[in-house]
Amino acid sequence: MNLKEQTLDTLRGLLDTKKISAPELCGEYIKRIKEINPEVLGYITVTEDEAMKSAEQAQKLIDSGEAKPLTGIPLAIKDNICTDGIKTTCASKMLEDFVPPYDACVIEKLKAEGYVILGKTSMDEFAMGGSTQTSTFAKTKNPYDLTRVPGGSSGGSAAVVSAGIAPAALGSDTGGSIRQPSSFCGVTGIKPTYGRVSRYGLIAFASSLDQIGPIANSARDCGTLLNVIAGKDSRDATSSTKPAEDFNAKIGQSIEGMKIALPKEFYSDSTDDEVKTSVLAAAKKYEEMGAQLVDCSISSLKYAVAAYYLVSSAEAASNLSRFDGIKYGLRGEGRTFDEMIRDSRTRGFGDEVKRRILLGNYALSSGYYDAYYLKALALKQQIIKEYDEVFQKADIILTPTAPTVAYKIGEQETDPVKMYLADICTVTVNIASLPAISTTCGYSANNMPIGMSLIGRKFDEATLIQAADAFEAGFEKRPNNI
Amino acid sequence: MKLYPTIGLEIHAELLTESKVFCTCSAQFGGEPNSRCCPVCSGLPGTLPVLNRKAVEYIIKAGYIMNCEISRFTKWDRKNYFYPDLPKAYQISQMPRPVCLGGHVDIVSEGEEKTIRINRIHLEEDAGKLVHDDTERVSLADYNRCGIPLIEIVTEPDFHSAADVVAFFEKIRLMLQYAGVCDGKLEQGSMRCDVNISLAEKGSDKLGTRTEVKNLNSTRAIQRAIEYEIYRQTELIENGERVIQETLHFNDATGETSSLRSKEDAHDYRYFPDPDIPPIVFTEEELEAIRADIPEMPQARRERYINEYKISPADAAVLTDTKQISDFFEDTIKVYNNPKPIATFIVVELMRRINLGELDMDNMPFTAADFARLIELAETGKISKDNRKVILREMADSGKSPDTVADEQDLWIKEDNELLEKTVNDVLAANPKAVEQYRSGETKVFGFLMGQCNKILRGAASPAAVKEMLEAKLKGI
Repeated sequence: MNLKEQTLDTLRGLLDTKKISAPELCGEYIKRIKEINPEVLGYITVTEDEAMKSAEQAQKLIDSGEAKPLTGIPLAIKDNICTDGIKTTCASKMLEDFVPPYDACVIEKLKAEGYVILGKTSMDEFAMGGSTQTSTFAKTKNPYDLTRVPGGSSGGSAAVVSAGIAPAALGSDTGGSIRQPSSFCGVTGIKPTYGRVSRYGLIAFASSLDQIGPIANSARDCGTLLNVIAGKDSRDATSSTKPAEDFNAKIGQSIEGMKIALPKEFYSDSTDDEVKTSVLAAAKKYEEMGAQLVDCSISSLKYAVAAYYLVSSAEAASNLSRFDGIKYGLRGEGRTFDEMIRDSRTRGFGDEVKRRILLGNYALSSGYYDAYYLKALALKQQIIKEYDEVFQKADIILTPTAPTVAYKIGEQETDPVKMYLADICTVTVNIASLPAISTTCGYSANNMPIGMSLIGRKFDEATLIQAADAFEAGFEKRPNNI
Repeated sequence: MKLYPTIGLEIHAELLTESKVFCTCSAQFGGEPNSRCCPVCSGLPGTLPVLNRKAVEYIIKAGYIMNCEISRFTKWDRKNYFYPDLPKAYQISQMPRPVCLGGHVDIVSEGEEKTIRINRIHLEEDAGKLVHDDTERVSLADYNRCGIPLIEIVTEPDFHSAADVVAFFEKIRLMLQYAGVCDGKLEQGSMRCDVNISLAEKGSDKLGTRTEVKNLNSTRAIQRAIEYEIYRQTELIENGERVIQETLHFNDATGETSSLRSKEDAHDYRYFPDPDIPPIVFTEEELEAIRADIPEMPQARRERYINEYKISPADAAVLTDTKQISDFFEDTIKVYNNPKPIATFIVVELMRRINLGELDMDNMPFTAADFARLIELAETGKISKDNRKVILREMADSGKSPDTVADEQDLWIKEDNELLEKTVNDVLAANPKAVEQYRSGETKVFGFLMGQCNKILRGAASPAAVKEMLEAKLKGI
């Protein structure tokens, strides 16, 4: 069976019509994972036993006619989402042996559907990075070109979908960590509105920005997954009380008259020409479909990366303090508490994580707080205001997902500032709590996927899925050769 | 040179909520180590705090009883520091927007009325406990206390003696107990006090260098620590030495303070808003409902006892100085509405037995209804007043009702003239010498003869009846 580019709808059909059983489907994926994963390195942990067990249970539900949309569907889960009894490492030596005694809220919801867990996917350590090359356990490669990065931090989740070793996956997005790897690996990923999906059980990077979301082969599949994982959770006070809705409800509706804004700052010289050309061609397609293109400006974009790195690092510095070797995780040595904590953290964290902790603590230090942290919060308000203004005159915003296509492994990782600047297209969405979807809109001369992002009003994921689907319907994807 | 102390307090009080402040674990005291904690309060990765609204209600009550302004908008911050008893390595607390701001409490200290200003009251979570095992050379962490809601009451530096501080501490402790906000059990660490103290010349407008004595958990420790610090700082200044700004620990055994850390070692807590807990906005209606729910405070109760029940100010003070006693009194008068004799018997007899350790208010063997019945029996002449004590002791021992005890021990007053007359005759016959003395004018032996009669009667006749019969016999025959 060909597992590449499989959509959840197709798999649902195969399972429901008994063309294939859930254990058979699971077996196919496990077989291919064993074959492909050593090359792609998308998974940190493959949960074969767990997968087969849940596939058998799922089959019983299918046989008794009680199948739900995800019953028997194999999925991959980013390794910062807690899974009861399954190692959850955040790709860090610090949590190398950490087995959570509880499921994240999203995992509970998937389990209630009877999903099949294939494994835990690699990521940048503690989700800090855009290359998945800071992973301690699996430096994932791009299925389109194994010498290139898959993006990050959800690089494992994007790569396994792209390589056909999972039909869909969950990732998390703090500053672009779902959208940018989706773009690099030629798949579709959505960062929901902040509060749409419970963060309970997501190991926090930056609490005010983190959001779990799906990565899949189509906008529709993202909607199918979002339908399951969204909703209020009493264990996450920041989760929204917005009632559940069918995020795929607007699929197929005409986008005629839809106003799509193109903020000029996203199409500046710092974005590669190939990328610009491709995204602008997509804009043209939308115009042909009857949408109306609107010029606009997000002038504070130039400050966005600075604001993002201050806020996210400050929160990260505090969130990661709990990894002190006392309760779980790597335990260092020393004659006193202080020595032991210091040794645990020195050995447990990689360089990028340490860099962010230093940056964050610096920004929060007395004497610097006003100049850095408070300033960043003021910028956040400014960015929110500018987006509000754009949404006065447009329904969605179209931007490139990243300034470049996937770059070569080893090319950028040595220059942290250059890496940080590459987040320019994605971070404002998290700062403003907005939803955004990235889907492939073209390919570069060297056949690497180019992604575009659609940004929507708060809680308007349905329009994003509608618009992304409308584009995908007329777009011919070029599968990779993995 | 006369040195004058200036003192400010930070008091931590644990709230009486059923569950912890950010998770659903029990907030009760004690328990097997780490039996009252969950992934949230033990800081497992991925878990999130969810604010217990009851704790917010309680701090608002605390604010109202200390005449504070309640913020309409309040939010939470993280206080970051590493310590093994703090599993998240940050404490959720409140920095710029506490729930309560600027209040005041009036006290009487050494006969003088004073007003203590409150700077702020904020809500935070307690940390766990470390148990050090010196023989094994290990420290063990118990997280049961992690996440118990705490309020921190910060006063202005309005105290000038240990007596001021003790008067204030006792007053707010009682008020918090009355409000049902904190149980005030000092032996369980429900209230802990940090004391900031400095000395300066009297009349000087500049304050001296202050020291902070941490974690005093009894009024006695507070008093001794302040007295010791005044003595120590006075010695330093008078010898021309400098007081160093530092944090001190008070040693209960030696009665002395010792340095924990100096100003240079002070933490930078890197406070910032906690992104996991949305700010709260209160409406006037919500605040009004909470205010209306605050029970009567000790001062108001005391005045009611004096004015309505005509109880003496001294007895009213004793009754209201312990919430449990006052509540017991309230429960008793609900059953038998005769406050004065009830108050007297509580103050004289019940309190005595409690102070002797024969009774424990936390674990009363009898109900307020039984106690009410006991007083009623005496007041309506069913038993003698002296027998109240006898019956109370048996109620304390066995929990039996006063009627049962009176039955079993035959303590009812009987309208039995024959028995009375026979008893008096027997006593007079047995004590001819005393009878002789009485008749020759030494009337003070009358008391002795009364006593002899009562000894035999054991309350079976009322004292008035005994007296009447005895007088008649002595004079008449």
